[in-house]
Amino acid sequence: MAEIDTSGGGKKKGPGVKKAKKLSTRIDLTPMVDLGFLLITFFIFTTTMSKPKTMEIMMPTEDSVKKEDQTKAKDYCTMTILLSKEHRVYYYTGLADDPLAPPTLEVTYFQNKNGIRDALIAHKKKVYEERLNGMPGHKADDEPVIIIKPDYNSQYEDMVNILDEMQINGLNTYAMIDITDVDKGFITATEAANAGN
Amino acid sequence: MAKHKLPRKSTHIDMTAMCDVAFLLLTFFMLATKFKPDEPVVVKTPSSISDIIMPENSILLTVDPSGKVFFDYDNKKAKALLIDKVNTEKGLNLTDAEKESFKRGASFGLPFNQMKGYLAIDPINQKNYKFTGIPIDTTTYMADINELAYWVQAARTAGQETGTPPRICIKCDASTVYPRVKDVIKTLTKNKIDRFNLVTSLEAIPEGTAAAMERDATAPAKKPSTKTQ
Repeated sequence: MAEIDTSGGGKKKGPGVKKAKKLSTRIDLTPMVDLGFLLITFFIFTTTMSKPKTMEIMMPTEDSVKKEDQTKAKDYCTMTILLSKEHRVYYYTGLADDPLAPPTLEVTYFQNKNGIRDALIAHKKKVYEERLNGMPGHKADDEPVIIIKPDYNSQYEDMVNILDEMQINGLNTYAMIDITDVDKGFITATEAANAGN
Repeated sequence: MAKHKLPRKSTHIDMTAMCDVAFLLLTFFMLATKFKPDEPVVVKTPSSISDIIMPENSILLTVDPSGKVFFDYDNKKAKALLIDKVNTEKGLNLTDAEKESFKRGASFGLPFNQMKGYLAIDPINQKNYKFTGIPIDTTTYMADINELAYWVQAARTAGQETGTPPRICIKCDASTVYPRVKDVIKTLTKNKIDRFNLVTSLEAIPEGTAAAMERDATAPAKKPSTKTQ
């Protein structure tokens, strides 16, 4: 007679009944776990989780800047930053349009303390104080203007760093323009003066 | 003394739960990620506090430390139009297979006269190709002789035809000298493209600055982060 053997094996069977060996229904899942984690590792290494971050930049084109729209930056608002070799930053305030009185260049780096950031904060503060003092030409809505001129021996990192400083310090009026020979002359003169010390 | 007998325990652990976790994570990673695009050069971008995510369907100009420029366009449909246009205008005589290879391919940096030779290579071996960079002519920066300007303009036209005008992203290595970067930027500005994105890696906003104050003002519910400096 067909009979399902549900006994635990303790009972004695007749001599003709074959005893089926009881197999465990448990499977060892360890290799499957190994495989799962191996695939996870593969996917982590070959894929990108997040899209890269970018910074937006607007450059003046020749068409977008009409001659009549151009307003001359005011002398006291303007700060010029020259990016030079070895992450060096030179800066001076004022327009430096008088060849007889060349500006004194300050030299600094992108460090956190006493770096270019402190100079920018100080300049912003100075403009905000001076625009209210009622001097001729000073208006209450004057904003600090930063002119960035990267020299040919500066690196891309310096350019991004200085644009980042504009954003960090909330300076919205800035322009990046080509360096002039006059500015290059300022750098050489300052370097020569510093080397003499 | 009576000996206390410890019950014998099996050393087998039930792996089912762990298996479930592993495959759950696997499923998550498979669905949530996108394969890394092949990059012809390793570029270490400088960091900034900007957190604007790179736009979809953008033209990516990669500049390596030596100033070689590579072009990539993240829009397969527009890329097909682009290669047809380049093929006819520059007389490259590409076969359909070579056009397909361009459509599927990653970043490249080659003058026009080497394009056919590059696209004829098996896609697996393309990554070993020694790129020379897209030539930039600095006399006028105009598309007729400046090959980078041509690529950008042609890609923009192709993008507009597919209905998604692309944005241009520049991914440049931190140590690239400024004149090489300037050439790329001038190429864009001379061709009336004045807004573009620079790919940077994210860094924390320094505390006590104007940007930090602005962030705290817009998100007052968020706890001010602990100072790291």
